[in-house]
Amino acid sequence: MATTLAPNELSRYSRHLLLPEVGKAGQAKLKEGRVLVVGAGGLGSPALLYLAAAGVGTLGIVDFDAVDVTNLQRQVLYGTSDVGKDKTRAAEAHLNDLNPHVRIVRHAERLSSANALTLFAAYDLVVDGTDNFATRYLVNDACVLTGKPNVYGSIFRFDGQASVFCTDEGPCYRCLYPEPPPPGLVPSCAEGGVLGVLPGLIGVVQATEAIKLLLGVGDTLIGRLLLVNALAASFRSVTVRRNPSCPACGTHEISELRDYDAWCGTVAVPDGVPEITPRELAARADRGEPLQLIDVREPHEWELVHVVGARLIPLATLDAEWHTLDATREVFVYCKGGVRSARAVADLRKRGFDRAYSVTGGILRWREEVDDALIAY
Amino acid sequence: MAVSIYLPAILAPLADDERVIEIAVLGFQDTVGSAVRSLTERYPGLAPRLVDERGDQYPFVAIYLNDEDIRFVGGFDTAVRDGDELSIVPAVAGG
Repeated sequence: MATTLAPNELSRYSRHLLLPEVGKAGQAKLKEGRVLVVGAGGLGSPALLYLAAAGVGTLGIVDFDAVDVTNLQRQVLYGTSDVGKDKTRAAEAHLNDLNPHVRIVRHAERLSSANALTLFAAYDLVVDGTDNFATRYLVNDACVLTGKPNVYGSIFRFDGQASVFCTDEGPCYRCLYPEPPPPGLVPSCAEGGVLGVLPGLIGVVQATEAIKLLLGVGDTLIGRLLLVNALAASFRSVTVRRNPSCPACGTHEISELRDYDAWCGTVAVPDGVPEITPRELAARADRGEPLQLIDVREPHEWELVHVVGARLIPLATLDAEWHTLDATREVFVYCKGGVRSARAVADLRKRGFDRAYSVTGGILRWREEVDDALIAY
Repeated sequence: MAVSIYLPAILAPLADDERVIEIAVLGFQDTVGSAVRSLTERYPGLAPRLVDERGDQYPFVAIYLNDEDIRFVGGFDTAVRDGDELSIVPAVAGG
């Protein structure tokens, strides 16, 4: 039976109905459309808002996280009163209010090799709003295997990328980037920062492409990579070719999903680095012990918040500075969450610092265990 | 006679915060590889982010000559001419 639009829907979508490219038939296509948004964060927020407003009939949301206060600078789907709430529940409430004609399907779970194919099969296309390489390759390969377009967007600091991958005629993400960078080479937005409006720009491009694909109108980003530089106010696109030897969409060597965390080396903390908890370390400082405490974060992170008495040596400069440390004493190293400090300690121990320790959980855990007046970021 | 190399925000700090760098070309025998070499000689900190230990391209850093991914037109041996634009487009994963 053909999808029909109720009178109140016709009023709601009147500006669409006036467009010859959409009209009643197009609006009915949108209502029949099923879009899965993976990651309801910086990219997913604007994408979901516009897809819901446009009247895409079924919107699936995959996210296992809760709303954090540091999300609100860019994740415009949430408000201050949502902090601490499950993201899919908070998103559902806002989107239901925005457009009650849209069915929201919550998937409050982590996307994995075990659930991706089943999840994707129930949708027409997938919007990739994830925040790490392992999940991006998982989304891509699952899209190739299920034959669903991958509406891709990715951001860092002031730069963004968008494309449409995994269609019959175009390339996939692996055609552009056959392999991910080794862990630690590319900082995440949590480490490197991101301009709050940038995921807005890119997420709205993703929503635009998803809507065009559902309607079957216009020229999409299939075979093109849109590059956005927010600082230069520059938008341009380059060609992405299909790679005949691509193991996903070319040779189909990848015939099932794999362990993407292991393949991407997502767990980047060196094994077996000796650690000390913030509580233990603070207790020693309280006893008046002079401590050699090193902060290996970046100067802008130090300016935001640091532990009094620490010395700043950004990880990238440790190579030049390690000889200024006293190897005969204990060295305690912290960063934001414990990854960079573990690397620094592994490096220092190779250089003969037998009493170097990484502070477990970094300054974020220091804040929880020792000093809640510190700023979380 | 020069080509322009466009760096992304993530790499600009390794090039004195410059995002567009002009590399002189002679007009013959210049390739993408020689332009990238000139760039990394000027900014040695960029080298490990652009090429591996053998000087080869990484699979996670796309390099575009104007509109073309160099891997599909001849890699580092692709000829460059005055006025060409090279764009470094590394994989980023933020969302």
